[in-house]
Amino acid sequence: MTAPTTTAPADGGKDRSAAPPPQDGDPFDRDALPAPPRATAALLRSLLAPMKGRVVLAAVLLLLQQAAVQAGPMLVAYAIDRAVPAFRADDNGPLIAVAAAYALCSVAAGALQWGFVLTSARVNQDVLLDLRGRIFRHAQALSVDFHERYTSGRLISRSTTDVESLRELLSEGLQELITVILSFVYISAMLLWLDLGLGAVAVASFMPLYLLIRLYRHRAGRIFAVRSTAIAAVIVKFAETMNGIRPVRAFRREAVNDSAFHALNSRHERVNGDAILEMARYVVGSRLVANTAVAGIVLWGAYRVASGSLALGVLAAAVLYLRRLYDPIDRLGMFLNSYQSAAASMEKIAGLLAQVPSVPEPERPRALPAPASELPGREVVFDDVRFAYRTGGEVLPSFSLTLPAGQTVAVVGSTGAGKSTLAKLLARFYDPTTGRVLLDGVDLRELSVPELRRGVVMVTQEAFLFSGTVAENIAIGRPDASREDIERAAKAIGAHDFISSLPDGYDTDVRKRGGRISAGQRQLVAFARALLADPAVLILDEATSSLDVPGERAVQRAMHTVLRGRTAVVIAHRLSTVEIADRVLVMEHGRIVEDGSPDRLITDTGRFADLHQAWRDSLVQGHAE
Amino acid sequence: MPTTPAPAAAEGTDGTEPAESRSAVRSLLRLWPYVRPVRARLAAAAVVAVVASCTGLVIPLVLKWIVDGPVADRSTGGVWLGALYLLLLGVAEAVLFGLRRWLVARPLAGVEAAMRADLYRHLQRLPIAFHDRWPSGQLLSRGTTDLMLLRMFLAFPLTFLLVNSVTILVGVLIMLAQDWTLGLVLLAPALPVMVVCWLFEKRYSRVARQAQDQVGDLTTLVEESVLGIRIIKGFGRHRSQALAFRELSRTLRGTELAKARLLAGIFAAITTLPELAIGAALVLGTVQVADGSLSAGTLVAFLSTALALRWPVESIGFLLAMSQEAATATERYFEVMDATPESDAMPESDAAPESGAARAEVLPGGPESTTGGLRFEGVRFRYPDAESGSVPVLDRIDLHIRHGETMALVGGTGSGKTTLTALVPRLHEVTAGRITLDGADITAMPRDELRALVAVAFEEPTLFSAGVGENVLMGAPDTAGEADLARALAVAQADFVHALPHGTDTEVGEQGLSLSGGQRQRLALARAVVGNPRFLVLDDPLSALDVHTEALVEAALRRVLAGTTALVVAHRPSTVLLADRVALLSGGRITAVGTHHELLRTSAEYAWLMSGRTEKTERENR
Repeated sequence: MTAPTTTAPADGGKDRSAAPPPQDGDPFDRDALPAPPRATAALLRSLLAPMKGRVVLAAVLLLLQQAAVQAGPMLVAYAIDRAVPAFRADDNGPLIAVAAAYALCSVAAGALQWGFVLTSARVNQDVLLDLRGRIFRHAQALSVDFHERYTSGRLISRSTTDVESLRELLSEGLQELITVILSFVYISAMLLWLDLGLGAVAVASFMPLYLLIRLYRHRAGRIFAVRSTAIAAVIVKFAETMNGIRPVRAFRREAVNDSAFHALNSRHERVNGDAILEMARYVVGSRLVANTAVAGIVLWGAYRVASGSLALGVLAAAVLYLRRLYDPIDRLGMFLNSYQSAAASMEKIAGLLAQVPSVPEPERPRALPAPASELPGREVVFDDVRFAYRTGGEVLPSFSLTLPAGQTVAVVGSTGAGKSTLAKLLARFYDPTTGRVLLDGVDLRELSVPELRRGVVMVTQEAFLFSGTVAENIAIGRPDASREDIERAAKAIGAHDFISSLPDGYDTDVRKRGGRISAGQRQLVAFARALLADPAVLILDEATSSLDVPGERAVQRAMHTVLRGRTAVVIAHRLSTVEIADRVLVMEHGRIVEDGSPDRLITDTGRFADLHQAWRDSLVQGHAE
Repeated sequence: MPTTPAPAAAEGTDGTEPAESRSAVRSLLRLWPYVRPVRARLAAAAVVAVVASCTGLVIPLVLKWIVDGPVADRSTGGVWLGALYLLLLGVAEAVLFGLRRWLVARPLAGVEAAMRADLYRHLQRLPIAFHDRWPSGQLLSRGTTDLMLLRMFLAFPLTFLLVNSVTILVGVLIMLAQDWTLGLVLLAPALPVMVVCWLFEKRYSRVARQAQDQVGDLTTLVEESVLGIRIIKGFGRHRSQALAFRELSRTLRGTELAKARLLAGIFAAITTLPELAIGAALVLGTVQVADGSLSAGTLVAFLSTALALRWPVESIGFLLAMSQEAATATERYFEVMDATPESDAMPESDAAPESGAARAEVLPGGPESTTGGLRFEGVRFRYPDAESGSVPVLDRIDLHIRHGETMALVGGTGSGKTTLTALVPRLHEVTAGRITLDGADITAMPRDELRALVAVAFEEPTLFSAGVGENVLMGAPDTAGEADLARALAVAQADFVHALPHGTDTEVGEQGLSLSGGQRQRLALARAVVGNPRFLVLDDPLSALDVHTEALVEAALRRVLAGTTALVVAHRPSTVLLADRVALLSGGRITAVGTHHELLRTSAEYAWLMSGRTEKTERENR
């Protein structure tokens, strides 16, 4: 246990350093993405709409429950004003009626409460299930470009803390609100019915309460918006540190991180305190109004009983109702609390959901034509394609390119030449700014996702493994693959040996004991995954960068058989790839500057001949002289 | 009476919890070190809340006085006085309620922040092996949702379980004092309510824990699907990912509904039982009023008190539920906090004052010294979570990298190269044997000092959310400036930095995702060399570079390596040629050490690793 620390409130001057400096007013630098007006309300409506029936049922249950609960004081009034005189006159009827009615109401209140809690819990959980799913699916549908700018920490805080605040609103807040409103209505009606004058005073006291609530909503709303941003910043920092723990340690970032985190954390602490204090002010205000109203009503009521114009039982019932009338105003504050915090969260969620996927799925997908030959490969055409990032700066100026079915094309060039962008256009991670990318004559934008991925699959250098077993990670390539298929793919790529040597072989959990897998091995798993997918067009983007020479050779050998008949685009810094390529494209500053067979380009005097010579030099050293 | 929560017990106001609920209480007791600094405020707030609640209980008595006194006497002046009393009590109650909240607002936000800061500080210092096991989603949910639950617990259930208990006690006493038969009738449901609460608490704690863990799993899935988005998109797997998500969130829904069923049960019981008692009291009271043995005012006051107690009793259900969730959150929090962080072998007190002198003593190494440089002696390594009998990842590693020498480490995929490099900055601890830097055992020096001596570039180049320049300068002492930055960027051939929109101030996003792999790798390399470290460990530092850039980096790196003791993991001949000598790692052992050309001649495995060809294929190719 570490010693307790008191976090001294940091002075306001630290605030600046906590927030990253905005760059070019990019909305991604702010935590909240702009949402169209009323998007939040529309989101809530669309979430609740399918639950209409059950919401009504819950409301009716609560209505009846409140009726049962609020009957109590009426029965008291009846008992004092009627049952007492009747009992004195030896008439037990009214008293028995009171007893029976009270027992009935008590049991009914409990049973209805039970029914309501269950019904509303189902509604809440279904709404949350729906919302969580929507955020998740939408995030998945958004383009890679979006993910590169909207950090994962933000996405995580959208689907955790922000959803959590809606959960709080739904599970506690909404019930509070309905209970409060219902009891206000019931009790006001009862009071008015008991005595018009007393009731009117009670109803009149709602006016200052309403103003107080409005004021609170306004002030707390602002604070909650700031608080939600503050906690998101905390989450981003937290997630980043834990995901990069190795460099954090190696470069002794702990102390620097501690103080950076402290700044973010204290900012959240301060706003958090502000929010609680705002609530305190509201509670004092509303209690004052309520208690003054009670004193006033009692004064007037008692005055009238004393002067004989009001029955004692009526006053008793009125007083009992009054206590109940103002009891829930604290809870109304709690509701407003969770409402404000949920509203701030929902606005951010709505902003996320309002992001239009820049690489949308087609509404009326087309199918790929039947393959022209028995071989799996398909023809790829870049038709007058130009690509620029939305933030500006042209990356690939307009070009056209045809890759015949079955051709293996190596793309070479220095870093930043646009090779990966070309690959991402072909994999439809991005859509071209103008022009089309065609697969066997069909625009990629017209293909459904499953059809597209039967057509084109891309293996990148960052070989991320999902939690689960090695086999499951390979099976991402084709979920319905049998164990034999998985092992065959692993064998073909030379990954079988190391997988077999893991504690549980293919069933080794990559996050559990003994499941540590090196970067090179991860790339092999990624390859096996791609083989298993069996696409018409395979893109390899630096997919062998972490392999050792024999590993790379094994992959090359496998490629000879694997790529046969397939269309392949291979990006590699190491030109060994060229040995399996039918054609080489040399890129520079976004343009294709050389295009031809490797043999022809090597004998040329162009860029490729240069590159190739440099590569030969780097390799020759590996052979015995 | 309901169970009194933990810190109240710690303060000695109550110590009689039922044995079964003790585990939850015991969990919550662990919060004490964090609550201690604010205990005065919390206690004051509790006292204020008790007083406020009791003020509320006095109001019915004033009502009784009004009904039986001025109203019965038809004295209008007395009515005014009564109303004035009511108003004063009302104002007092409102102010006290506000005061309570004001007392705890800042302190409780402070407790939450302090616990979060401690968690973060602690997690940063836990062994890497811990982080390998724990998905960061689980850690994150402890740092956010769980801590918010704890703050809520300290703000409400902790105070109100006490306040409500006192209120109920005082209320019951008032009622007994007014009419003990009616009071006893009202007390009748106390026992069954307690039994119900006890049963509820036991079951609820299990389900609450389940739900919190499932939230953690869900967070992990969300995180992975964001981090692995390229793979999911590349294989068009977002549907199956969404399916897995739906499965998990459905399970969570099921658990939440189980929680709701338990809650519905206890709410129903807590609503019905006291109401039945009040009904019985009403009937009995009416008979007594009719008999004349009870005044109407007493009955009104009595029922008014009973009704005033309704909220304290009803709220016990959700207060217990919140406490239970808080207990689970505390357990989850301390699960992580109880993990032992890396600690320096030397006690801080010894190391701090004389570290300068100590270093001079233990680092005698000069170029000629046989103990100089980086030395592995009989090093064995097995991951701490592996079974003790299992085959070690590295075994009997004896390797000496002389002062100023560069040693390449070559081995097949998965031979343990990365693991070996992680031992030098003590990201993992050797299982047996020792590693020395210029003669000093690395376990004898504080980690910070060690890591200042050894700079590392990882295979996976992670950049942090900060400016490019800041990311690079992380590797240097604070005194490093623009000149060092420029030099490091030049060595790593990272001129692209100057073409970025804000030059070296350009923010790179979380994990530097907006830069290409090659760009990130060059920045990571710049970070490793920026501080002119005495020892350099590079794990395959050039894998993502194109041939031309690689050649340029190698030329520049050669100058840096000339004065540095370095261990460089290499996959390719070009990288190996940076080194003076090469060590071959095979099956967790160093099987050969020598120059590149020596090894090419003497080691078939090495020749194969460097060329990818066996001698046989070599001959065939000729």
